[in-house]
Amino acid sequence: MDAIVRFQNVHIDYPLKKYTLHAVSDVSIDIARGKITALVGESGSGKTTLSSALIRCISEPGVIASGEILFCGKDEEPIHVEKLTEKELQSFRWKRVSMVFQAAQSALNPVMTVKEQFLETMEEHGDTSPAAQKENRCKELLEYVKLDPDRILKAYPHELSGGMKQRVMIAFSLLLDPDLIILDEPTTALDVITQSYIFSILKEINREKGISMLIMTHDISIVAKFADYVGVMYGGKLMEFGAVRDVFKKRRHPYTEGLIGATPSIIHDISAIKPIEGTPPDIMNLPEGCVFWPRCVYFEERCRQQEPDTVVYPDGSKCKCLLEGR
Amino acid sequence: MEYIREPLMQLKNINMVFQKQSSLLTDKKFHVLKDVNLDIFEGEIIALVGESGCGKTTLGKIITGLYKPTSGDIYLEGERMTGLLSKSITSYNKVQFIQQDSYAALNPVRTIYQSLYAPIKTKNRSWSRSQINRKLEELMEVIGLQPADQFLSKYPHQLSGGQRQRILMARAISLDPKLIVADEPVSMIDVSMRLSLLNLMKSLNKRYNMSFVYISHDLSTTRYIAQNGRVCVMYLGEIVEMGQIKDVIRSPRHPYTRALIQAVPVPDPDYVSDGELPLKSMQLAALEDRPKGCSFYERCLYSCEACRERVYHRDTPTAKVLCSHLEAVPDKPIYETFGE
Repeated sequence: MDAIVRFQNVHIDYPLKKYTLHAVSDVSIDIARGKITALVGESGSGKTTLSSALIRCISEPGVIASGEILFCGKDEEPIHVEKLTEKELQSFRWKRVSMVFQAAQSALNPVMTVKEQFLETMEEHGDTSPAAQKENRCKELLEYVKLDPDRILKAYPHELSGGMKQRVMIAFSLLLDPDLIILDEPTTALDVITQSYIFSILKEINREKGISMLIMTHDISIVAKFADYVGVMYGGKLMEFGAVRDVFKKRRHPYTEGLIGATPSIIHDISAIKPIEGTPPDIMNLPEGCVFWPRCVYFEERCRQQEPDTVVYPDGSKCKCLLEGR
Repeated sequence: MEYIREPLMQLKNINMVFQKQSSLLTDKKFHVLKDVNLDIFEGEIIALVGESGCGKTTLGKIITGLYKPTSGDIYLEGERMTGLLSKSITSYNKVQFIQQDSYAALNPVRTIYQSLYAPIKTKNRSWSRSQINRKLEELMEVIGLQPADQFLSKYPHQLSGGQRQRILMARAISLDPKLIVADEPVSMIDVSMRLSLLNLMKSLNKRYNMSFVYISHDLSTTRYIAQNGRVCVMYLGEIVEMGQIKDVIRSPRHPYTRALIQAVPVPDPDYVSDGELPLKSMQLAALEDRPKGCSFYERCLYSCEACRERVYHRDTPTAKVLCSHLEAVPDKPIYETFGE
């Protein structure tokens, strides 16, 4: 696979006073160039932590304890993201990788107009072109996300609806022509029609501009509709990875199977849907052995004693389960 | 099997107008609900769906008596509730509300015990403490939080979102209501926990024959909970389509419902439709100057000139639809296959 980003054995820890919290442990995953990769998992599964490590924005006191994060631009040496200095980060963030944050509501500055925020970011990142040219660039991007630039540029965030703010954020993420956009739950607070609309805009950006995307979501239906590859995370670990169709059809990992089986659909047989018993793991007190065993329907005694290795298949798919091939 | 029964609650021509003073001379008026008629029967689960701003929560609050409608009448078991609201507030024990944000709905400085104890004591003044304790233990068993003591002595922040949502359900059923309005009860809950909460609501519905009004924007969970119930699709404060949820999802008739169902993502890559939604624009019309005729006119692909001036309800074999130009709307099912 032609990867734009390679996470290799990444561990992210939060050293606290009494103990250390392992938010992400030993995750290796490749993000395909020009494609849409989704990370799916429940709250506390480590998906947001992992992706914020890519722009080195892990919230305090989190650190990348070990492992490598490689950003592979076209025709250039891979960049070791975990080793970048503050100064280097300044030119890496937003220019190479930008992010659309979860709460678009609070990601925009409430006392600045959209135009001021756009221009500020351009200037901060060393754009010295004339004002008119900058403004044209803003307009072009807003039109691209199907907003009326003349109205939006003058507006303050509170004058926009949730869907509009999210689209402003998407335009904002495109501002410096990045190679990769991270989207953290981009449609969580929005209704289905707006959601569908935003995804069609994102798909268009992906196809026309060739920008790679990494999207975090808890909703497996969105993965089915939108992504090319998917990584399933649970308790800070990568349980399964593969092409979307493969993951849905093969359901190699019991957690993936449970997750798909617990998601109601408007088409499929309702009586076949059943919840995953138990509760998501407490990240401060992870179970021994496989993190999923307390909730797993295929549980065997050895799952409790031994942490499963990640099996890598010839096509690059991965599965972290002792009973793989059950 | 149709037979005539008395509805548990009747809403007749409910209108709700919010006023916002925008300058000294002019008041902005937001017509949030327009001529809503709805009968809720005993023991049924009825769903209200629609996008944000369609008035579904406002309607839920009117049903529970938290808002007083600007005009229109509410009857509970045949008794007119509007007007006497403040006097006969006790009747509203029969209708309870479950909020979306379980954290905001529980007092953070009170234990679960205190939060559950107060409403029961208020309703049953003569009950002794041990009587109430017994009731609480029973409730905790029903909602599946065991051992009861352990959960009762906790504060809201010590519980997970799913557990708090269960506590809200315990609080709602503690007064033996006839009707529970649940406003997006699972939208903030993790996916793997959602289903067990929905199952709990389903079992409460069966066990106590309680009616539920399930408010949501998510048609998939709605279909799961209201499997054999009815759905009301709301758009800009009006019920645009009402029918059995099976029929409405299979062959939606209102142009808005058709777009809504097409927009729902399906957890199966085989069902991915890349096509555009059948809508002219994604922008919700403003609530201030409502169009005289159909409020969906601006976004509708099938509208005609006359739609701008008038709109009325039409009965189809499966649903009651607020569309006067139904002939132009396709009636073929959105999804060909349908595992039931």
